[in-house]
Amino acid sequence: MYEKAPLMEVLLVSLLNGLVYGMLLFMLASGLTLIFSMMGVLNFAHASMYMLGAYFAYSVSRVIGFWPALVIAPILCGVLGALIEMYALRRVHRNGHIAELLFTVGLAFIIEKGVQMAWGLLPYRVPPVLDRALFHIYGSNFHAYRGFMLLISVLMFVAIWLLLTRTRIGLVIQAALTHPEMVGALGHNVPRVFTIVFAGGSVLAGLAGVIGGNYLVTEPSMAATMGPIVFVVVVFGGLGSLTGCFVASLIMGLVQTYAVVLDVSFADLLARLGLHVTSATPLAEVLTMPLPRVGALLPYLMLILVLLLKPRGLMGTRDT
Amino acid sequence: MLQLKRLIALLLVVVIALWTGTGTVTAQQGGTIKIMYTDPLSGPFAQVGDQNLQQFKYILDYINSRGGAVGRKFEIVSFDNKSQPSEALLALKAATDQNMPIIMQCSGSNIAAALIEGVDKHNERNPNNRIVYVNCGAVATELTNEKCSYWHFRMDAHVGMKAETMVRALPKEVTKVYLLNQDYLFGQSVQRDVKTFLGKLRPDVKVVGDELIPLGKVKDFSPYVTKIKASGAQALLTGNWGPDMTLLIKSGMDSGLDIRYYTMYAHLGGGATAIGPAGNGKVRSVMAFHENIAVETGKTDTEGWTKQFRNQHDFDFYAAGFRTIFEFLQAAMNKAGSADPVKFAAALEGLTITDMLGHQVTMRKADHQILSEYFVGVFTKGVKYDSEKTGLGWKTETTVLPKDLDQPNTCNMKRPAA
Repeated sequence: MYEKAPLMEVLLVSLLNGLVYGMLLFMLASGLTLIFSMMGVLNFAHASMYMLGAYFAYSVSRVIGFWPALVIAPILCGVLGALIEMYALRRVHRNGHIAELLFTVGLAFIIEKGVQMAWGLLPYRVPPVLDRALFHIYGSNFHAYRGFMLLISVLMFVAIWLLLTRTRIGLVIQAALTHPEMVGALGHNVPRVFTIVFAGGSVLAGLAGVIGGNYLVTEPSMAATMGPIVFVVVVFGGLGSLTGCFVASLIMGLVQTYAVVLDVSFADLLARLGLHVTSATPLAEVLTMPLPRVGALLPYLMLILVLLLKPRGLMGTRDT
Repeated sequence: MLQLKRLIALLLVVVIALWTGTGTVTAQQGGTIKIMYTDPLSGPFAQVGDQNLQQFKYILDYINSRGGAVGRKFEIVSFDNKSQPSEALLALKAATDQNMPIIMQCSGSNIAAALIEGVDKHNERNPNNRIVYVNCGAVATELTNEKCSYWHFRMDAHVGMKAETMVRALPKEVTKVYLLNQDYLFGQSVQRDVKTFLGKLRPDVKVVGDELIPLGKVKDFSPYVTKIKASGAQALLTGNWGPDMTLLIKSGMDSGLDIRYYTMYAHLGGGATAIGPAGNGKVRSVMAFHENIAVETGKTDTEGWTKQFRNQHDFDFYAAGFRTIFEFLQAAMNKAGSADPVKFAAALEGLTITDMLGHQVTMRKADHQILSEYFVGVFTKGVKYDSEKTGLGWKTETTVLPKDLDQPNTCNMKRPAA
């Protein structure tokens, strides 16, 4: 039982891990892609909606239980998002994108402090019915809650896709994603569409929070820790493309996961070519650094690369 | 009109100057003994700083009700250092600007190292406004060895001591261990010291994995859990704290990893929730205090005191041992007859007091490292006080006495001229 495992087993389990993590990223990033693509607003407070979703869900589930909270908490986030857009963001919009960005930064700080004061760290646990192994793979459990996460995120993707392609409002939103001025010129109520998208994005973030909050830990800094990686996903996937966001989330999830299990360094690669790195070689410390140690930085490296080589992102359909 | 505005502005400036100016005078002479407490109060480790602050406030209420020191009460002033050494140095500046006698910090050995240097430089240049740095939890071994300083007093067992305690707690049947730590001064210190003590005390144990993770950045530990399982390790030894600890344990529990956990900080806030009922008997932590020790040793007034904290808060009183810090400060100041840093620092080094669990605790003169008792607790069912409403709590498995942890040190302390 306590024997070293074969590589195939590790790679397969990691594939599963990477997919689950990637789908959590997608849940968060999908709302942000919609908001960023349509309104050009770099919403720093998006991850805060994620956090609020988790905290609302905790408070609601204490009173009525997890399943109603799954529905109510995202709706609360949506309502909050709509109010923020209608009464604050719309006014700031007149002063340009930088002003909007700064506004959302300030909002993110206020929400973080507010949450810290109102709730603090919470023992937000997975509902007991989901707190067990779904199946066994190579001796480890695949936790049922992770399966639930996958299910919800796939449903989310399908629901958004259907909404955008099959409903009238969806078509207007799609048009506004790529040609916002034209849509306004054609007589559609663009401000109302903006509110709907911002609220919708907040609902998605809130739902991600309900699910992710007890998969990870529910604490006031969860917005600050998830925020950066979600931005990377959105920019990497490209503006205006939900599929791009989906693909980028999965790529990021897999890259971060595999980076941890692949215990190689640059020096190992060079050794294969016959070049041996010793402690006297220049840059030896960088070359012998194993991949797991820098794994968390890889998404940001990829972000820099994509901005240099393909600024529109993987599947972006328009510029910022 | 303009003249009126200028006059009002001048008046405001004068009022503000007088108001803050008088503050600096009273700080040293009368009024409260101010302690500048700096720790992360925002960011991934915010919760650690925040919970420390709440526990400090409760402890100070007790200490002040017992008369404080030299007839004055203690007061804590908090400063968020956002886990950045540069911000901690701003806290130091704020403290010295207001003539505070003490700066206190617990979380982050990299920050502690910066503070030790900062305090040394300040005290050298300002002999009339010195400050003492009370270290309540930055435990990298170097801080009282290579980096030691006369003005630094460490009030928690250092990594070397915790590592030795951890290695001694490993049972005979464990022969394969996995090390996982945070990639900064403290985590690297743990990595090095655990390997040293394994080599010395348990040469039969093989280290099958040795991992460093970026500090506070990893959200998904499942790939690490995969690796740990793949290595065939029987025990995971880690110094991780904050979210790096709670997420690691949570991931391990969720995937049903069949392993023993030996930690240094699983008893902090969030740990019990992350372990959950599934972790019964699996997780151990090296700690200065847990809420059941007083029950086990029959110390009823200590038990009553910690119980009251429990009733008012929804996290464990894991840092109740901080009371010993203030009892030391109390004793030193009363012995020196003054809250002046130069005087009470001289009284503090070499001092021995009896702590609330009845043990003799010493502030070692050679390196300003505290020598106190330490415990290995196991997270299990059937204890009087459970943690974070999980139904399970900490139970002492081993007690280590101060003399057992009297490790050698390499401190070459420069003392101020008498």
